[in-house]
Amino acid sequence: MEKRISNKSQEIQNLNKKDVESPNHADANKKDKIVERRQTAREADKPDTTLDKFFIEVALVTLFTLRFFKEVFRPRFEVNETLKQSFLMGYASLPLVAITGFIIGLVLTIQTRPTLAGLGAESWLPAMVAVSIIREIGPVITALIFAGKVGSGIGAELASMNVTQQIDAMKVSGTNPFKFLVVTRILAATLMLPLLVIFADMVGLLGSFVGCNLEGNVSTQLFFVQIIESLDFEDLVPAVIKTFFFGFAVGLVGCYKGYNSDKGTEGVGQAANSAVVFASLMVFVIDMIAVQITSMLQS
Amino acid sequence: MVTPEITNQNKSDALKEGSVVIEMKHVRKSFGKNYVLRDINLVIHKGESVVILGKSGTGKSVLIKCIVGLNDIDDGTLIILGQDISELKRDARNELRKKIGFLFQSGALYDSMTVRGNLEFPLKRQAKRPSQTEMDHLIQEALSQVGLSAAENQTPSELSGGMRKRLGLARTLILKPEIMLYDEPTTGLDPITSKEISKLILKVQKNYDTTSIIITHDIECARLTANRIIVIQHGACAAEGSYTELLNSKNAWVRSFFE
Repeated sequence: MEKRISNKSQEIQNLNKKDVESPNHADANKKDKIVERRQTAREADKPDTTLDKFFIEVALVTLFTLRFFKEVFRPRFEVNETLKQSFLMGYASLPLVAITGFIIGLVLTIQTRPTLAGLGAESWLPAMVAVSIIREIGPVITALIFAGKVGSGIGAELASMNVTQQIDAMKVSGTNPFKFLVVTRILAATLMLPLLVIFADMVGLLGSFVGCNLEGNVSTQLFFVQIIESLDFEDLVPAVIKTFFFGFAVGLVGCYKGYNSDKGTEGVGQAANSAVVFASLMVFVIDMIAVQITSMLQS
Repeated sequence: MVTPEITNQNKSDALKEGSVVIEMKHVRKSFGKNYVLRDINLVIHKGESVVILGKSGTGKSVLIKCIVGLNDIDDGTLIILGQDISELKRDARNELRKKIGFLFQSGALYDSMTVRGNLEFPLKRQAKRPSQTEMDHLIQEALSQVGLSAAENQTPSELSGGMRKRLGLARTLILKPEIMLYDEPTTGLDPITSKEISKLILKVQKNYDTTSIIITHDIECARLTANRIIVIQHGACAAEGSYTELLNSKNAWVRSFFE
């Protein structure tokens, strides 16, 4: 394989060399043949299997990520745009996150009660629901909703800007579109998702409190004392830390898909769709890794 | 009334001694197997208004995108304002881009911003950001140049096709470019609006002392704006001259553009 690539690279280099050494630059037809041969050599190196395409995509995402880290620390800092995006992603997502969080807390409590009642452990209901929501369900469900709402929005917006040449217009006016569009959105997503998750957790616990009182009578004080006693530092910190990675993944995937979209208006839909799919997948992968790391550190 | 081609021809003769603004030598550009620019050689002097004609797909738009840096050339030499772009680093290229205005065919307006927002955007991203008073002055000046003073608070979606082109032009002019590139400025417009845009191009040329390259299929626009016309065929310069010269060309294919 290495030998094959090496031979083709050598072929391209030889063609380049011949092209430079060509005595008659005006001879366009001769050059066309040279370019054609060079293109043929390049085409031969193009990926032809799904596996090749996968690794190339991974490499491109890696380069995109590295560019983010390179640009994020370089002036100029687009503070206003970052704040604007934070507002749009965070504040504008509050109603959706609140409704979802409340329903999850309520349903989880109602569904868990019969099982715990059968075991004679109904009094553990608030503690069990709280641990479930704060450690796992709150972060993951909120991140998935965030991917659906914000990830697809970023993908569609940037793809649309690409199609209508707005990104090119930024380039020609001397603005760095990567910094203005990509860096600000990834930063905003990374910072806003943890706050949304904390908010969703609180609303979820409120929903659980309502669920507990549908078939019983639990005082507010007793409910929250049980929750606080059941939770410790090791439950809260890893759950919050992983949400930064969830937010980063959602922002990164949305921006990557939108910024690199093509195929015109069809590409806009594809960018939005694939942004949601891959961001959701990334959330589960990161969650799995985070759980493994947390377990290793706790044991 | 003096016909534009006569006026422009005289101007072109006077400019031959002027400084070279853009120089392309054996420029080539391909996309995959499709080589769009095969061997472009041209020199454009300060103050010239050059129209590039050619059939669709002959690489006219790619040519000006190479000049502004949206596409990189594969081979050859491209010198803009005395700087070889292949030797420039990213920051230097960005600085050079600020001296080049580009009017997109679609306008490429920022839909999420108002007319004023579209004009403020490039100004706010200058290394030396102008004060609010200076910005207000520049915005008013650019809008009045293109006749859009009353539309300051409208959004691009509320503007007509001609107004969108004017706004695109105002957004470009606000940075006071030395070179203006127009990508089919009259496409999709009615004949009256097309003529207005053509006159606007001449007005900009005069008021801002720019060098213009205009890609167009609109012969009337070419007649009004050009003091030199270059015809591109198969990715290379096939013919060159004033409007009158090409109109009377011995080459039937060249003449066919003007019929």
